[in-house]
Amino acid sequence: MRYILVSLFSLVLSAQDIAVRADKLYTVSGSMISDGIVVIEKGKIKAIGKASDIKLPAGIKIIQGNVAMPGIIDGHSTVGFSGLLNQRHDQEQVERSAPIQPELRAIDAYNPKDPLVRFLAHRGITTVHTGHGPGALVSGQTLIAKTTGNTIDETVIVSEAMIAATLGDSIRNAGTKAPGTRSKAMAMIRSELLSAQAYMRKVDIAKAEQRPERNIRMEALIQVLKRERPLLITAHKSIDIMGVLRLGKEFNIQVILDGAADAHLLIREIKASGVSIIIHPLMAYPRGEMENINLETPALLYKAGIPFIFQSGFEAYVPKTRVVLWEAAMAVGNGLSWEQTIYTLTLGAARLLGIQGRVGSLEVGKDGDIALFSGDPFEWTTRCTGTVINGQLISEGELLKD
Amino acid sequence: MYKSRLTALLIGICLGMMAQERPIAFTNAYIIPIEGADLAKGTLIIKGGKIIGLGNNISIPADAQINDLKGQVIMPGLVDSHSHIGSGEGADASAPIQPEIRISDSINVENTSIRRAQAGGITTVNVMPGSGHLLSGQTVYLKLRRGTTIDELAVEKTAHGYLGGMKMANGTNSRREAGNFPGTRSKSASLVREQFIKAQAYQAKIKLAAGDANKLPARDLGMEALVEVIEGKRTVHHHTHRHDDIITVLRLQKEFGFRVVLHHVSEAWAVADEIKAAGDGVIGASIIIVDSPGGKLETKEIRFSNGASLEKAGVLCGFHTDDPITDSRWFLRSGALAIRYGMTRNESLKAMTINNAKLVGLDKRVGSLAIGKDADLLVLSGDPFSVYTKIQETWVEGQRVFNRLDPSDRKFATGGVGAAMDTMDHTDLLEHESEDL
Repeated sequence: MRYILVSLFSLVLSAQDIAVRADKLYTVSGSMISDGIVVIEKGKIKAIGKASDIKLPAGIKIIQGNVAMPGIIDGHSTVGFSGLLNQRHDQEQVERSAPIQPELRAIDAYNPKDPLVRFLAHRGITTVHTGHGPGALVSGQTLIAKTTGNTIDETVIVSEAMIAATLGDSIRNAGTKAPGTRSKAMAMIRSELLSAQAYMRKVDIAKAEQRPERNIRMEALIQVLKRERPLLITAHKSIDIMGVLRLGKEFNIQVILDGAADAHLLIREIKASGVSIIIHPLMAYPRGEMENINLETPALLYKAGIPFIFQSGFEAYVPKTRVVLWEAAMAVGNGLSWEQTIYTLTLGAARLLGIQGRVGSLEVGKDGDIALFSGDPFEWTTRCTGTVINGQLISEGELLKD
Repeated sequence: MYKSRLTALLIGICLGMMAQERPIAFTNAYIIPIEGADLAKGTLIIKGGKIIGLGNNISIPADAQINDLKGQVIMPGLVDSHSHIGSGEGADASAPIQPEIRISDSINVENTSIRRAQAGGITTVNVMPGSGHLLSGQTVYLKLRRGTTIDELAVEKTAHGYLGGMKMANGTNSRREAGNFPGTRSKSASLVREQFIKAQAYQAKIKLAAGDANKLPARDLGMEALVEVIEGKRTVHHHTHRHDDIITVLRLQKEFGFRVVLHHVSEAWAVADEIKAAGDGVIGASIIIVDSPGGKLETKEIRFSNGASLEKAGVLCGFHTDDPITDSRWFLRSGALAIRYGMTRNESLKAMTINNAKLVGLDKRVGSLAIGKDADLLVLSGDPFSVYTKIQETWVEGQRVFNRLDPSDRKFATGGVGAAMDTMDHTDLLEHESEDL
């Protein structure tokens, strides 16, 4: 009976069957297709090509647009954690009871229905890397999710993406045991990683009956030590960036630099380290640890061959979230090529986050995530006119009444 | 002492001589005069800090320095009707109403925020105290000339300091748990009413004295400023977000007859018609475009389309940066985003310039390119509302204050070491009243 039902369904169009047709279709993995069509079946891309070459299934819903591109990926955000209202009850991005808490899972706190998640979806952002933010030495885990869905299970792509850490001034308020100086912060994180190494050895060599008791904090760090998960470290000033590079080398772990306002002053060192960067929002206000931020950093990183992606970051006040597309637009206006910026927002971000098998480009077999625009996506006066996620038109784009 | 005065005098003379005496002709430019049609291949001539020629085929004085713009764009310098550049400090925590405070006493004109504003094309600006008070003090209108003292940047010196308005606020920013601050909206309005009634009584005493020094009331700096307000000589710049708070401002305006500009007006879309119906005492609205709603409860319903709603209702609408809430360097982006959400291009251009000039009462001097007006202009590489366009040059009264080709200026546009070394740390700002929105 069950088998019959399934086959009956496969004969009719599913809710996640849709075709997107655009004057300019940017696949990112290949070249731009004039008057192109993407056919999505059951949420996955089934076919792609010139409209004249594609045979559409009868009755399929067609979404039209001027410009279409793969759904945009926000490289690092706290959306779904730092909610719209900015009241105590909707702020989950940092827990200040202790300075080091890698065991805090992102899936336990993500609110896929926060209005700001929807706000981003309306603007073509289909995937976010979000979770515990800056503000504690080790603040917790991050996840990767689509910007639609009612529950975390429905929307999550990677439930344990990275472990978030921070160096610099902002971590000094995280509880009575928070580090009071930069050297202390480095000493604390070193000690923690050493403890995790010792715990890992015990787990690895012990016979079943001698195994140490489970320790979720250590288990999280073991994943970092085994290079199964990156340690994402927010650091802006040169001294803190150098600290990140030092930790990566000392423990042979994969570190990813987050923020990195001074990156343009350390191009040679970062290049030599092989570390990737999730660069600060370009329109962040230049002050405090970010006083040196430079709109030309993305162009400089690209020229040096340092892998980087864009982010919307964390905002304590207004705007409560930034829009990664708008931040990236400032890079296009300051020396990074149009094509490279589109790539960085899509396939580049997917590769750095390790989700290129599912999203980031318009290729057969990948998720049907598409952003539609009235014109050049980077122009300030261009509007997002539709967002498709998993083959569902989840937004008609930015509304004039927004 | 004598010698230093002489030096000052000599420097003064030199500065006077340096004031642009030789005419400069900008030729072959796409000129957006704001009031009047664009000129596709126009010429703009300036001399002595003023515009002396504007047209398609006008004669250029023989001694003029020619600046062939090769098709680049000229528009008036931008007017920002609400900013906190210069790292000023307004009223302190001692009381919710402090009309005697002058922001001009604390502005550092050498702060890099002023250089960044010049890089963003802002030539005239209303610098305000913060919104943490019902009334946080007197604002100051500046021209962003190059200078080392507030006197050199102020639009105009007056008997009591400098030309400016009066900053007020309602809603939640001006509420505090501590001290004599209000705890509710009704209490806020009540304290403001009391203060204006006091000012009316003070004004009556002055009138009664009819110039007789013996009958004049004792001087009161706060009351003097408030009398200027109720006599319409000093405009109230009123921070307000929620629809009901906006209506409260209109109610108080009607009762006391002051002239007011509504600032931020996050829910303008809900009460645009009421703002229009309020009459001439409500000069208009100065709005902010932030990248997302929320961050504070009062702005959770903010809309990008506020500009479009105000335009449709016929309300005079300007934009502001509220720097550091939005960055002066991309002020033009605010106008572009308003177009994105339904404002007309023409009205958005005006909102960046002449409308803002009207909101601060300086439209006779700035806000459009016309003969006799101040030579405040921008040279742009392309369309003012494109992300790809660069502000190449900013001119104030015939002097170039920003030149993108000069590396020491350029960094104030792009950022980098030294471009923001004296801005306040974020955590300082959160405690500081200038975190204003």
